Amino acid sequence: MYRKLIIAAPYLWLLIFFLAPFAIVLRISLADPVIAQPPYSPTYSPDSFTFLLTDKLYAITYLRSVIMAAGATLLCLALGFPMAYGIARCQPATRNMLLLLIILPFWISFLLRVYAWMGLMNNYGAINNLLMWLGIVDQPVQLMYTDFAIFVGLAYSYLPFMILPLYATLERMDLDLVEAAQDLGASRSRAFWDVTWPLARPGVIAGCLLVFIPAMGEYVIPYLLGGSESLLIGRVLFDEFFVNRDWPLASAVAVILLLLLVVPIVLLQRYQARDQEGTA
Amino acid sequence: MKDFIRLRGVSKKFGDFVAVDNVDLDIERGELFSILGGSGCGKTTLLRMLAGFELPTSGSIEIDGVDVTDQPPYERHVNMMFQSYAVFPHMTVEKNIGYGLRKEKLPQPEIAKRVDEMLELVQLQELRSRKPDQLSGGQRQRVALARALIKQPKVLLLDEPLAALDKKLRERTQFELMNIQDELGITFVVVTHDQEEAMTLSSRIAVMDRGQFRQIGTPKEIYEFPSNRFVAEFIGTINTFSGHVTARDEDSISVAATEAGVTLTALGKQAVEEGQQIEIAIRPEKIFVSKEKPDDGDAVCLPGVVDDLGYLGNRSLYRIRLESGKIVQVSSQNRRRSVTRFLEWEDKVWISWRPRSAVVLLD
Repeated sequence: MYRKLIIAAPYLWLLIFFLAPFAIVLRISLADPVIAQPPYSPTYSPDSFTFLLTDKLYAITYLRSVIMAAGATLLCLALGFPMAYGIARCQPATRNMLLLLIILPFWISFLLRVYAWMGLMNNYGAINNLLMWLGIVDQPVQLMYTDFAIFVGLAYSYLPFMILPLYATLERMDLDLVEAAQDLGASRSRAFWDVTWPLARPGVIAGCLLVFIPAMGEYVIPYLLGGSESLLIGRVLFDEFFVNRDWPLASAVAVILLLLLVVPIVLLQRYQARDQEGTA
Repeated sequence: MKDFIRLRGVSKKFGDFVAVDNVDLDIERGELFSILGGSGCGKTTLLRMLAGFELPTSGSIEIDGVDVTDQPPYERHVNMMFQSYAVFPHMTVEKNIGYGLRKEKLPQPEIAKRVDEMLELVQLQELRSRKPDQLSGGQRQRVALARALIKQPKVLLLDEPLAALDKKLRERTQFELMNIQDELGITFVVVTHDQEEAMTLSSRIAVMDRGQFRQIGTPKEIYEFPSNRFVAEFIGTINTFSGHVTARDEDSISVAATEAGVTLTALGKQAVEEGQQIEIAIRPEKIFVSKEKPDDGDAVCLPGVVDDLGYLGNRSLYRIRLESGKIVQVSSQNRRRSVTRFLEWEDKVWISWRPRSAVVLLD
């Protein structure tokens, strides 16, 4: 009885805070917008979805978001892997210190940190001043309000979510395995690709999901660092809800975003399950 | 014959710590050579230098006439079996064993053929498509062995090969290792802290302490003729009596041992001077215990009482207290079956041994 209660707890949580809200959003997405309180009709219609799927602008926005999020994920992986690897190979005392440094930014509000990037990247900010002082450029480079700025903001904000799961897998890895590969004739780089990389894969997958999923729906970073014309799905979602007050369309955008995120995860899990079966 | 593995003046320092201190070593082709020592004595560092994972701070390493001192591990014809076995967890048994040959870029049919041979050698044919987490410790050990042997190395290095196995399996595996070594004729260098393992496996043993070899010899030489106190005490148990040299002739030395109350004589050809402080040492199983004084003119006979005793099944251990208070350990075979004990606590007994059974230790 007691045990069942404990097992039920996470399901209950999911039911109340995920499934129920999702059902509500799905219901709204299938309504018509009306000027009323609440701003949707009690009737059912697929109009929002047909509009979404026929208007090219939405497709482009989804695609741009996927590309942005994927790019930021790859950048995080490229930066995070060597960092996680380095930390995992340190003495335990240094290791804890470095991990603390990775987590330390969370002590400061996320919003403040994004604002700090504005200060760094604007036309007379630290980066441009440095470039001009070094004589690399003679007038400020436009960094703020570009896709580049969004990219930097995403990679910066989500890097710790990549490093931590990578660190967890790399730290557990037996160093003898790499030496064994070298002993059997693999060069250093070959040993990395034959042993370290495949064994780090669970961490790579976890890190990529932790970065990609929130980056996909990110609203604050594109809003603050991106230009007004750089449309990303989080921004569209916000505008449909609060500017256009078209709740059904906004809900439809959210439902499709969720599908875009869930489908790859399910496929991935199926792939992993098959991989596990292969061992049996 | 030229030695197969030659180490000359090899040292390895980690900061201020000297792990291996100016070591010379010669190992012949086809030997099963053990490096024996306690933890931190430098034996693993020495092995890692042979494998190429550590570069010596100074000195040279030669294998089969080739100077390999600065060669990286993947260029040496030396393979290693790790203490942790280091079997790749994401590859099947077959893939693990074939790994080294795939790195040599051999044609696929040749790899398949040699993997089959190895699977047969270590009797893992049925488990070929299993992953390591579905194997027992003993099976993983064999995968590690097969994976190292398939490259037909000139030297196979084994780091504590049996330490992770339970006692029964360890004994069986010991003999399997010896058979495989005999069959393939590959030179084995084993690092171990387990003296019994070293004694049964090896053709020769090097006893190591604080980065240096204290004695190199066959198991028999090391046990019966330890050249110093460290080796004598590291391998098995030994009783020692210290005293001043009173006389010496061609192959024996006499010592006035106050703890024994008599003059003891032992085999020894070392250069000693009269009056020098040395030790006479005798192994527990070389001493006889009896209730009556033995009628043997040559033997050393000392009276004492039984201080403690232990029954181990095949043999009994006695701690005999001499008149001086010195405790002497004696081990005797239980040849006859008997329910009652032959000796009891505080029994008055005689211990005796032949002078030829004792050895002289200088330091």
